[in-house]
Amino acid sequence: MNAKIPSGPLTEKWDRRRFELKLINPANKRKFEVIVVGTGLAGASAAASLAELGYQVKSFCFQDSPRRAHSIAAQGGINAAKNYQNDGDSVFRLFYDTLKGGDFRSREANVYRLAEVSNQIIDQCVAQGVPFARDYGGYLANRSFGGAQVSRTFYARGQTGQQLLLGAYQALCRQISGGKVKIFPRTEMLDLVVVDGHAKGIVVRDLVTGKINSHAADAVVLATGGYANVFYLSTNAIGCNVTAIYRAHKRGAYFANPCFTQIHPTCIPVTGDHQSKLTLMSESLRNDGRLWAPKSKGDKRSPADIPENERDYFLERKYPSFGNLAPRDIASRSTKEVCDEGRGVGESGRGVYLDLSESIRRLGEPVIRERYSNLFEMYEQITGENPTRSPMRIYPAAHYTMGGLWVDYNLMSNIPGLFVIGEANFSDHGANRLGASALMQGLADGYFILPYTIGDYFATASKSKASEDHAEFKKTEVEAQDRVKKLLSVKGKRTVTSFHRELGTLLWDHCGMARNQAGLKKALSRIPALREEFWKNLNVLGEDESLNPALERAGRVADFLEFAELLCQDALYREESCGGHFREEHQTKDGEALRNDAQFSHVAAWESKGVGNAPILHKEPLEFENVTPSQRSYQ
Amino acid sequence: MNFKLKVWRQKNSADQGKMADYEASGISPNMSFLEMLDVVNERLTQKGEEPIAFDHDCREGICGACSLVINGIAHGPERGTAACQLHMRHFKDGDTIFIEPWRAKAFPMIKDLVVDRSAFDRIIQAGGFISVNTGSAPEANTVPIAKPSAERAMDAAACIGCGACVASCKNASAMLFVAAKVSQLAILPQGRAEKESRVQKMVAQMDAEGFGNCTNQFECQAVCPKEISVAFIAQMNREYLQSKKGTSA
Repeated sequence: MNAKIPSGPLTEKWDRRRFELKLINPANKRKFEVIVVGTGLAGASAAASLAELGYQVKSFCFQDSPRRAHSIAAQGGINAAKNYQNDGDSVFRLFYDTLKGGDFRSREANVYRLAEVSNQIIDQCVAQGVPFARDYGGYLANRSFGGAQVSRTFYARGQTGQQLLLGAYQALCRQISGGKVKIFPRTEMLDLVVVDGHAKGIVVRDLVTGKINSHAADAVVLATGGYANVFYLSTNAIGCNVTAIYRAHKRGAYFANPCFTQIHPTCIPVTGDHQSKLTLMSESLRNDGRLWAPKSKGDKRSPADIPENERDYFLERKYPSFGNLAPRDIASRSTKEVCDEGRGVGESGRGVYLDLSESIRRLGEPVIRERYSNLFEMYEQITGENPTRSPMRIYPAAHYTMGGLWVDYNLMSNIPGLFVIGEANFSDHGANRLGASALMQGLADGYFILPYTIGDYFATASKSKASEDHAEFKKTEVEAQDRVKKLLSVKGKRTVTSFHRELGTLLWDHCGMARNQAGLKKALSRIPALREEFWKNLNVLGEDESLNPALERAGRVADFLEFAELLCQDALYREESCGGHFREEHQTKDGEALRNDAQFSHVAAWESKGVGNAPILHKEPLEFENVTPSQRSYQ
Repeated sequence: MNFKLKVWRQKNSADQGKMADYEASGISPNMSFLEMLDVVNERLTQKGEEPIAFDHDCREGICGACSLVINGIAHGPERGTAACQLHMRHFKDGDTIFIEPWRAKAFPMIKDLVVDRSAFDRIIQAGGFISVNTGSAPEANTVPIAKPSAERAMDAAACIGCGACVASCKNASAMLFVAAKVSQLAILPQGRAEKESRVQKMVAQMDAEGFGNCTNQFECQAVCPKEISVAFIAQMNREYLQSKKGTSA
């Protein structure tokens, strides 16, 4: 595996690469067609930027409109190393915080580049009309996020993802009206087509007519997000799925570090079996909120009746220097520990308090409301409780996936012509992503990295065009069609939701916030049996030739049922704890994650050998030339 | 809790469609409206009846996919709440609940409760953007924006593009949706260079799509899950008139 990291000093690598990359003359760019799957921050920004450069772009999304991709739901903010607060931030500090936050399991060169382009992202978004929060002087405001001691997060109330996505969506719309982008909404990618070793197109299903057909191009970009919905309950939208990247994996793309999944500490707790998804309460609340639980077990008093000296502000106690702004993996695990000890609150005992009362006393309710009004409304709609009157109850939930398809420094997978950007790739967050960094990475990849690197592929790869008539397209179409027909023909007794829920529970119990060998082996023995039952006992009604949401979901769950095995295999393989991957066998005496740099300072990239066969492991060693990996300390 | 549902079922755009009766029994007050529909759909599937199709995705009130008229009100009875954030505790045990799709000429029917809202995308494509290529932006703090203006732009920008405004309007007018984008971009200094052409193109597209006009009943504001103010419609009208003056002069 060649990561193609440029040589030279860290600070010059990206400049050097940009100079090395071969260019395409503007008149020739229009001869190249690019498929971009997904219209979230990464996909929309990439499609728009590629079209601005002159490429012919086809953009696909399964939603009814590109504006609805799940980036829209990101709440808290986006990081950048502007140092507007004069508090000691710099590109190097953002790089270091991100690398350390990821528990030294990401590439130095990628993370440094991300920090470098972060400032341009803010410039671009402001120019697009993103209404970021401002101070009274009219200048941009910032807030703090976990894993950082500087204030570098830009935000638009609690709707930052929405505003950034609409900025990218509008840039995309401008290119659609200019005829440079053709948009295919309500269209789902079902497979990747590889011709002579190069990615040459995709097979899609029109979700309204059910028609399956192909699109050929000179390169394929996957910007299809993460796979947190493998856990069934997550903060992701209902439609989020692994299908596009998993199908590409089955066609030869390596899947890197699938076990690096992020459990977000502050979500609204589960109330019952009916629950279809979990709702995040932005990490930004930890700027003004304090996490606590009663000191004694089974304390059922209402929070107002628990005196100060009987409360355990556990993050402040355990991590005095970062306090409530400890990184997500650490905050989640601490919350779980407290609940495992029997000190959890709420009906289920799986919850702790997020208490804003001290900040309200200090700053007044109007200031706190202005900062988080939409979060408070959402909390109240869901729970029926007012968070300014009594503390919120929160519990961790699956939220983001750091793992994804393996890509080199140019964001190209091991299949030439297949690029992967945003959450769908594995590249920048290591074993744990810091808050407000997902938006940064999605837009960095789409606006400022892929548009340069893709040109080099066009300039250097063979110019052979593949058309939709090629035998490989026809074959892949037939396979996709057969799979759809098979899902409808099982005619069993169980609904797709019941399979998804069972798989999710299995993974949450054995491959969730804490993992161990016995649990992972148990999950690995049960997944194939569940998959077998799925194909024998699935009940999907309706037909193939019309809108059929249950059929769509069945196809996605079928892929989750295969992918789950890879996730557990990777978790079993990685005999260490790092970031979001906590193996109970590997912890310090204080219960902190214990990394094993001697054996596991590498990316684990898996090659598919077909369902039921052991995947082949490829290792990409991680080399640290500029920082020394240390035991992470936030104490 | 137990409910009687009357739900619009329509196989496809050619089908006539009709209301169908269903029972929703054993519903928890903590369920969201969509989770209640999930339960109904699971039971329908088990009985061998095709589940009710409806649009939804994020289920946290921000993607704008959900589009249900509940008891005659777009997104249902709670103010400032999208259907996915509406919880069953707001209904009374034994209630009969009517569920219908958005109905507007510009939103053609697809199936059951699902309609085609791509007209909104085409309105944004007509001019709902600032023409800045990636890479051309000046440093972000070069142009200060007064906090009240930034806040007002954000108030408008909060629109989730769900189309409840259209569904609730007797004229099926999209003025609130269009006005929110026109206003956001006209308030911000970055958007002023194109403000005349933008409002003209967006309004022309809105008319071409078959949306009606505003007759100041403010039903749109009442159902908007983000409570976008009709004051933005006034602002759009002003922008539109000024832009016409600009062209004739």
